[in-house]
Amino acid sequence: MTGEQIIFLAVALFTLGSGFMVVTTRNLIHAALWLISTLFGVAVVFAILNAGFLAVVQVVVYIGAIAILFIFAVMLTRKDMRDQGPQTNQNWWVGALIAVLVFGGLVFLLQGWNGLSKTAADIPSGFDAVAELGNELVSPAGYVLPFEVASVLLVAALVGAVYVAFNRK
Amino acid sequence: MSQWIYIGLFFIVGLIIPVGAITVAWILGPKKSNPIKKTTYECGIETVGESWVQFKAQYYIFALVFLIFDVETVFLFPWAVKLGQLGLFAVVEGIIFILILIAGLVYTWRKGMLEWA
Amino acid sequence: MSFWNDPLKVAADWLLGIFTGWGLPEIAAQILIGFLGVLLLISVLMLLDIFLVWVERKVVSRFQDRIGPNRVGPFGLIQPFADIIKLLIKEDTTPGGADKVVYNIAPMLSMMSVLILWAVVPLAPRILGVDLNVGALYIIAAGAIGTLSIIMAGWSSNNKFALIGAFRQVAVMVSFEIPMLTTLLIPTIFAGSMGLSAITEGQNVWYVFLAPLGALIFLIAAIAELGRAPFDMGEAESELVSGYNIEYSGMKFGMFYAGELLHAFTFGGFWSIMFFGGYRFLGLEQVSPFLAIAVIVFKAFIGYWIIMWVKYTLLRIRIDHMLAFNWKFLTPLAFTLLMVIALMNALLAGTSTWFYVSGMFLSNVLLAWIAIEIARSYSRKEREKMEGVKRVVEAHH
Repeated sequence: MTGEQIIFLAVALFTLGSGFMVVTTRNLIHAALWLISTLFGVAVVFAILNAGFLAVVQVVVYIGAIAILFIFAVMLTRKDMRDQGPQTNQNWWVGALIAVLVFGGLVFLLQGWNGLSKTAADIPSGFDAVAELGNELVSPAGYVLPFEVASVLLVAALVGAVYVAFNRK
Repeated sequence: MSQWIYIGLFFIVGLIIPVGAITVAWILGPKKSNPIKKTTYECGIETVGESWVQFKAQYYIFALVFLIFDVETVFLFPWAVKLGQLGLFAVVEGIIFILILIAGLVYTWRKGMLEWA
Repeated sequence: MSFWNDPLKVAADWLLGIFTGWGLPEIAAQILIGFLGVLLLISVLMLLDIFLVWVERKVVSRFQDRIGPNRVGPFGLIQPFADIIKLLIKEDTTPGGADKVVYNIAPMLSMMSVLILWAVVPLAPRILGVDLNVGALYIIAAGAIGTLSIIMAGWSSNNKFALIGAFRQVAVMVSFEIPMLTTLLIPTIFAGSMGLSAITEGQNVWYVFLAPLGALIFLIAAIAELGRAPFDMGEAESELVSGYNIEYSGMKFGMFYAGELLHAFTFGGFWSIMFFGGYRFLGLEQVSPFLAIAVIVFKAFIGYWIIMWVKYTLLRIRIDHMLAFNWKFLTPLAFTLLMVIALMNALLAGTSTWFYVSGMFLSNVLLAWIAIEIARSYSRKEREKMEGVKRVVEAHH
């Protein structure tokens, strides 16, 4: 096992462990904090894959904006932030059964895949990912239309949020 | 990837220093705790009411607007990196992108979502 | 190559020789050398942090027409060490009802978010932690971790004032990140890269002459990000009794406080890297890397002094004024500036340097003048409305 694979396994275990804690912890704010460590783990995976731009964007947008939004939402809607309701309801065994079936199906499907023992291909030196991304975002043969549509999508999200909040005022 | 290993080293050492300092303080400090020391501070008087504050919804609105503009600005970074080498066409595309989002900001402003009260 | 020309490589090769001589595999030796380098840099930073405590207290005392600490050691230089000893031997209390784990982690994350910023600061042409090609966004990412630590501190203290202070501080920090991101785009456009060493190398003409309005907006946004006056909603000493760090004492408070001072110094450094040429000064950096380090430290101190000057001169702004200023004035202005600079950059590309510099500078000044005129006419209208109301009220009496 190469060093890169060991590092990846450690980070993946950390991310999965944090994800598990998100859904099992009783305190909502703790769940939000575990979510932050999960998102950080994903950022580290991006860094391992040499996608530096995506790694910092993950931290800036997900941890710096979305996680803070989650925490604000939890604080907005919970009267007592130490709420500890019951964790499961009566039909928990149905959920467990479906989860086990899906997991078994995925394992069965991935058995023939050879990507599990491959390492990421080396990026040619001198390849500036951000500059290439900039090129693609702007060239008419590239992604310029999705680029502009993304801005419209963001404004649509903004208008939707304003509409929802405005009605309540 | 070696770059990111060094960043990881910075994270680790950057975490060790404050952990070490606080641990040293914990070791060196006296440990005479009593109930009065553990009470919540409220300008020297006993606390009145629960320590739960009515959370203003306005905080959430500001965080939401920030999220939208954060994603927008992050989109603009690859555009800015390549701007020196591309022509006027790229500049116009970027300006259209920014103008659409400024229109969104003006809409939010006019609807009164950016007021604190 | 001699030690004075390229100290980092010479030291690294020498240590590599020693470690492989001891029988370590090369990759482990590399990581160990990297670890030692990081440890050295962070130790120097902590010493600098201690010195900054003294600087801050002396400067604030001079602004307030008094002398400041002058008893402990010559000119009070031993004072910060006495402060550290005091903080270390204080009792480590946790308020009752506080969330222990989150309460203890918050100051550690706050200090860590400042220390990791120095990974991307270019100290000399070949001395820097990591030559990250996304350095500008990395700064914002480290700031996001700092924002998180404030929410954690405020929430886990189980105290009304801490909660209000933390919410307000995070709302301000998060709002002012937009003008900061936008003005970070401006050196990126000029240098053609987000990496900080590329931005420094690209400043044949300091970017402050190409985008003075951008430098000003970056300074304002940086002061808000730091949580210092006039934007110190988080600590608002006269309103919120120390805000999010009410329940912290001893070394944990020391981490918040020292972290804030180091953060201010770091942003003085970033301001000088982005707009004032970083370690470059009339070719001095080619002579010796130690001169380059001296140049950037000097510029960072000047930036830090300006940040302190602003703090000890201006009054604290009200929270709704702060947020209105950001969303209604600074953000549209920053985006307009970005569009103007992108346009001028494309129109003036290929012209002579003087023409380019003066064209950019004049367009900035024009934009600033227009913005101030708009603000002035708006405030004049508001004032006239108030006058009209006052006259009606007086007429009734």
